Amino acid sequence: MAEEKQVLFAGFGGQGVISMGQFLTHLAMHTGKEVSCALSYGAEMRGGTANCLVTISDEEISSPLTENPMTAVIMNRPSLDRFEDKVKPRGTLVLNSSMVDRLPRRNDVEVLQMPVNMIADQLGTPRVANMVLLGAFVEKQQLLDIDQALEFLEVVFKGKKESVITKNKEAFLIGVEYARKHWK
Amino acid sequence: MQRVLMKGNEAIAEGAIRAGCKAFFGYPITPSSEIAEYMARKMPAIGGVFVQAESELAAINMVYGGAATGFRVMTASSGPGISLKQEGISFLAEGELPCLIVDICRGGPGLGGIQPSQADYFQATRGGGHGDYYIIVLAPSSAQEMMDFTMLGFELADKHRSPVMLMAEGTLGNLIEPVVLRNPVTEFVDKPWAITGCKGRQPNIVNTLHMPVEELQARNKYLTQKYEAMRAQEVRYEEFLIEDADLILVAYGIMARIAKKVVLTAREIGIKTGLIRPITLWPYPYGVLNKAAQTCKAMVSVEISTTGQMIEDIRLATEGKVPIHYIGEIGRTPNPEEITQQLLVIAEKEGLR
Repeated sequence: MAEEKQVLFAGFGGQGVISMGQFLTHLAMHTGKEVSCALSYGAEMRGGTANCLVTISDEEISSPLTENPMTAVIMNRPSLDRFEDKVKPRGTLVLNSSMVDRLPRRNDVEVLQMPVNMIADQLGTPRVANMVLLGAFVEKQQLLDIDQALEFLEVVFKGKKESVITKNKEAFLIGVEYARKHWK
Repeated sequence: MQRVLMKGNEAIAEGAIRAGCKAFFGYPITPSSEIAEYMARKMPAIGGVFVQAESELAAINMVYGGAATGFRVMTASSGPGISLKQEGISFLAEGELPCLIVDICRGGPGLGGIQPSQADYFQATRGGGHGDYYIIVLAPSSAQEMMDFTMLGFELADKHRSPVMLMAEGTLGNLIEPVVLRNPVTEFVDKPWAITGCKGRQPNIVNTLHMPVEELQARNKYLTQKYEAMRAQEVRYEEFLIEDADLILVAYGIMARIAKKVVLTAREIGIKTGLIRPITLWPYPYGVLNKAAQTCKAMVSVEISTTGQMIEDIRLATEGKVPIHYIGEIGRTPNPEEITQQLLVIAEKEGLR
């Protein structure tokens, strides 16, 4: 069985958590991977919790679900409280340090931090916070070739205004740069 | 091959359009509503019909009318809505009207909850409504199969002049996966029975009332033969590593995929485990399970249901040859890790580790 990489994205509704999962799913599909994106669904609303689990593999995906993902991308504090213990040993916790005010207790996982909202605010577009983190994440995990990922962002954003696409690409690249500099 | 990212529910709707479905009648309900939403956008563009009916009852009776005219038509709902449609499904079966009914299951009984469930198994596979009848029930396990089985469902409905149900859990309806878009269907079977206006021919009548007892008996005898033909021709299933298996999991829909991972994990631990996945929940692959029961030591039904429903079919199929265990609860889709833990307990009980 080919390795199935599982990544959990968690935060509150409105942070673009589901979008991050969907972008990654798109990117994975366009590079020829098998991919599955399981959305938590319910009476979700802005401000409520949201999470989705993306599974990427070279072969047919057996289970699109897991209790213990290898990686969790945590966008706010309640999500860290809920998912910290779920990540596999030797896994990775990616934290949005703008919204997570404590460090993980565990010492058997890699912890990557990034003040996502602060960086996005500096860009002048708070809405692209999720893209900044996604860029860093894709770079760090070597999930996809960055040039290829940028090309596919165009596909994902097809039909949107040029300025929106440019802004998102810019945010993605800033994330990539951040990872190269801080997450070596 | 060109792949498109779709939610399971969207794949159903797109598959239906590609299968030549010309009308959708429904009443929205979580977790099935994306099907109606997709149809509301697409149907007018292809010259089809989309009606958000005033109720589930109205919707299923619109399906009755639409199907009687020979067009491919469908409806979609979730457990509570399907219960309401059951009267209409009984009429569709007796009227021999081909159509597709989609059930994206949520927890019950009653209004239950909106979380995933497989506890509509009984109402799907046991005719649900009144009278002697069955309908074919297909259980997809991926977004791709949501599309493929929708298209197959329309084909089987026309072939047997019968309603067909596609049943999936809420999780699958909301699962986003790449889907290969299938070519649109261009050839359709003739429907000389359809009500199309009788100028120049004898009128066609679709009727479900048979008052003289002889007429009713003859009618039911005929339908029973039809169900026998479906049993002989339409059983579909998948086997995974069952040849040397001591322990066989039986699971359908999304649970079959999760169970596949459990099988692989259990084998790593040293428990010879296999999987039988019924694809048609009716007709059920009784023969396959019966044969497997001759060589395995125990079977385990894995379902998203607290009481267990398919477990009854497993018991029927295996005729007491092996012990049958149960893993399941309602309201969420269990992870492979949790099932593996429970499986280890069962394996221990059965002396397999």
